[in-house]
Formats: sequence, structure tokens, C-alpha cells
Amino acid sequence: MTLAHLPVVTDPELSCVEASDLCLSFGATPALRGASVTVVTGEILAVMGPSGSGKSTLLHCLAGILRPNSGEVRFRGRRIDALGEEERSTLRRDHFGFVFQFGQLVPELTAEENVALPLLLSGTRRTQALGAARELLAQVGLDGLGRRRSGELSGGQAQRVALARGLVGRPEVLFADEPTGSLDSLNSEHVLELLVAATHQFGTTVVMVTHDPRVAAYADREIVVRDGKATSLTPGGGST
Amino acid sequence: MSVPLALLGLLEREPSYGYDLKRDYDAYFGRGKPLQFGQVYATLARLTRDGKVTPGEIEPGGGPDRKLYAITDGGKHEFETWLSQPIDPAPNLQTDLFVKVVFALMLGRSAEGYLDTQRAAHLQRMRELTVLKRKGDLVDALLADHGLFHLEADLRWIDMTAARLPALAETVRS
Ligand SMILES: Nc1ncnc2c1ncn2[C@@H]1O[C@H](COP(=O)(O)OP(=O)(O)OP(=O)(O)O)[C@@H](O)[C@H]1O
Ligand SMILES: [Mg+2]
Repeated sequence: MTLAHLPVVTDPELSCVEASDLCLSFGATPALRGASVTVVTGEILAVMGPSGSGKSTLLHCLAGILRPNSGEVRFRGRRIDALGEEERSTLRRDHFGFVFQFGQLVPELTAEENVALPLLLSGTRRTQALGAARELLAQVGLDGLGRRRSGELSGGQAQRVALARGLVGRPEVLFADEPTGSLDSLNSEHVLELLVAATHQFGTTVVMVTHDPRVAAYADREIVVRDGKATSLTPGGGST
Repeated sequence: MSVPLALLGLLEREPSYGYDLKRDYDAYFGRGKPLQFGQVYATLARLTRDGKVTPGEIEPGGGPDRKLYAITDGGKHEFETWLSQPIDPAPNLQTDLFVKVVFALMLGRSAEGYLDTQRAAHLQRMRELTVLKRKGDLVDALLADHGLFHLEADLRWIDMTAARLPALAETVRS
């Protein structure tokens, strides 16, 4: 089934994360001005749009990191924007994985410790967590670098470590902000294959911010964020 | 690349039967558009008439397929010349994309709407090529990549143009 032509989904079975009418300002700067988006369960959704248009802010609201000033965010039909800090933090830990745009690894920890972090935080035994981490590092093409401190990795290597960390807990939803931003074409493809494999194997839903159309082409469909609003375009013309 | 040139190139490797030419053409160049046998033999007949290939004797067993075709010196020369020339690097500067944007602005239609529709269509095609690339063999992947890089270039132009629509609108209407 291709998801590209689906209309706005209201069925809670199909809708994984749903946001309506989000507004958020940083001081006097409006970052989101009435953004609505539905993420369908099991899909890879690409979030595109010009720099500064609000993509990262939208992603952070969908993931329960930022709270919008107004509007609603639902995960599996349940309001999450109104939850307190602690509850959102638990929700993120138990259901979501993250690959951030900037500075996300702990430089003093080794690559495999960084990858194992989400598992360690949710109480997995250390040996088991590190084993899972090594397995994922191999999958992103970094076997052998597990003991390297992450501050001593190249930009592209660090990004693959971050992706491995995002996937290690087999999250229901992976939120990824420019996950291939500092990778060359071949390594990007490798990483994207991993994402696609994760959606097939574990049913992971992926929300991925990217400005690169070749990366977006791995997604099932795309939305475009402009001036803090999200538009979903369908190839037949028109928007939803 | 034209079919006659492709057949000359395949014949430059070694003399071949029409059947082999079709098979190799389809394998490398015929993605989504395989050659018809009729076209193979019509092309070979024309190349023969123009002195670029020579058909061998019909071999026992009969049928048109039993002729072994070989390339002539004239045919070789034509193919070598083609192979060593760069293809025209200048993309068409009056693309339909550009013409549509200008008319939309000139006639007060939504150029932004058109660009959005075009961008969605381009991305849809890129998704299809990405599937081909992921599921296919190396030849598929290389061909798909070629299409992907070109569509990406169009998309960058579309984004750039969308960002400049107000300025372009003034130019077109003044
Ligand atoms: N922490 C912050 N404090 C103040 N302003 C912010 C903050 N984060 C984002 N902004 C502003 O909000 C707007 C949207 O920013 P956002 O990071 O969401 O953009 P983006 O689409 O992700 O851009 P890029 O493609 O460059 O990453 C911008 O104008 C930005 O300057
Ligand atoms: Mg951003």
C-alpha cells in the first residue's frame, strides 16, 4: 500500500501522532503559526521546507520535547501536549527515538556507550545494552569504532552513532532531524536503508526532517513547512 | 542515444545475430522500453543499405535471424566519432517549467500553486526511482540515480524560484 495519496486521517488506529493548530513563539519570534499534521502509523514522513520555517520546532512539539503555546498534540489518540515534564519524559523514553540536528552525543562516552544510553536509562542490564549497541553500530558500518570516544569521531561517524542510538530501543516512533546532514551520498543511502528496514521489521514510524529531496524520496510522503504552517501536497495537485 | 548507434556499438564488440543485439540492448539500455524485433531488423537493414554493417551468409536452419551481422569500417568510424564527442551540456534554457511560471505570473494565476504541484509530481517520480534503485540491480541503480540527480536539480530550481516569485512577478508585469 502506498501512503502517498492518503487524505487526512482521522482513524485513531491509523493515526500515530496528530497535531492540530500548533502555535509556538520564542519570545517575539513566532516559529509555528497554526501547524497541523497527521503522522500515519508505520509510515516514513519527510518534513521539508526552507531554513527557519519551523521544521525542527514542529518536530520537537510532535515528540513532546517542546510544549506549544496553543494547539493539541496526540500520540495514539491521547493528548500529550498537556502532560507535565516528567510524564512527557517517560513517554519519550518508552515510545520514541531521536536523532537530533545538533550536538547530541556525550563526548566523554564511547560510541557504544552513547548508543546504549537509551537502554541503560530504561533499566536494561549494562552487558545486554552494550551488546545491542555493538550490533547496531555494525549495521551502520561502524564496527570497530565502538570503543572510540564519541568526541573523537568524524561528523559523519557521529551522525551514524546518533542514528544507532535512535534505533536501539526499537522505538514506536523515530524523530530524526536531518539524519543524513553530514553524510556523503553512499553513506546516506546506507542509513536510509536502515530506516526503511526498521519500519518494515519493527513497524517503526519515522518522522524525518530533511532539506534533501533525494532523502525525502525514501519517505512515503512529504509535508512542507512554510512560515510555521505545514502543507501536505499530493502529486495529483491540490493540498490538504 | 539512437537505436542505430546503439546497435553499431554492440556490433563493435563482435559480430552478432539480431536476437543477441536485442537481448543486450534490452539489458543495458531498454529499461521500460524494450526493442521490438521488427525494429531491430529494420534498423539492421538500413545500416546495411548505408554500408555501416554487413550481413553474413544465411546459415542453414533458415529464418531472418540466422544472419550474423558485422560492423564495417564506415560504421566503426561513425560510432567512434559519436563516442568521443561530449553531449550538449547546456540544459534547455526555456524549459516548460520556466515558461509555465512566467505565464502564471503574467496572467495573474497562482505560480506558487503551480510550483507546489510540480514539486509534488517531481518528488513522486523520485520516490518511484528510489524504489527502482533499491529493488533493482546495479544497472537499474545507476540509471535511477541519473534520473534522481536531474530531478533534484529541478527541485532546487523550483525552491529557488518559489523564493523569488515576488521579484519575478514585478519583472513580468512591468
Ligand atoms: N530556542 C530558540 N530560541 C529563539 N528562537 C528560536 C529557537 N529555536 C528556533 N527559533 C526560531 O524559530 C524559527 C523556526 O526555527 P526552526 O529551528 O524550527 O527552523 P528549521 O525549519 O528547523 O530551520 P533549519 O532548516 O535551518 O534547521 C526560526 O526563526 C528560529 O530562529
Ligand atoms: Mg532545523
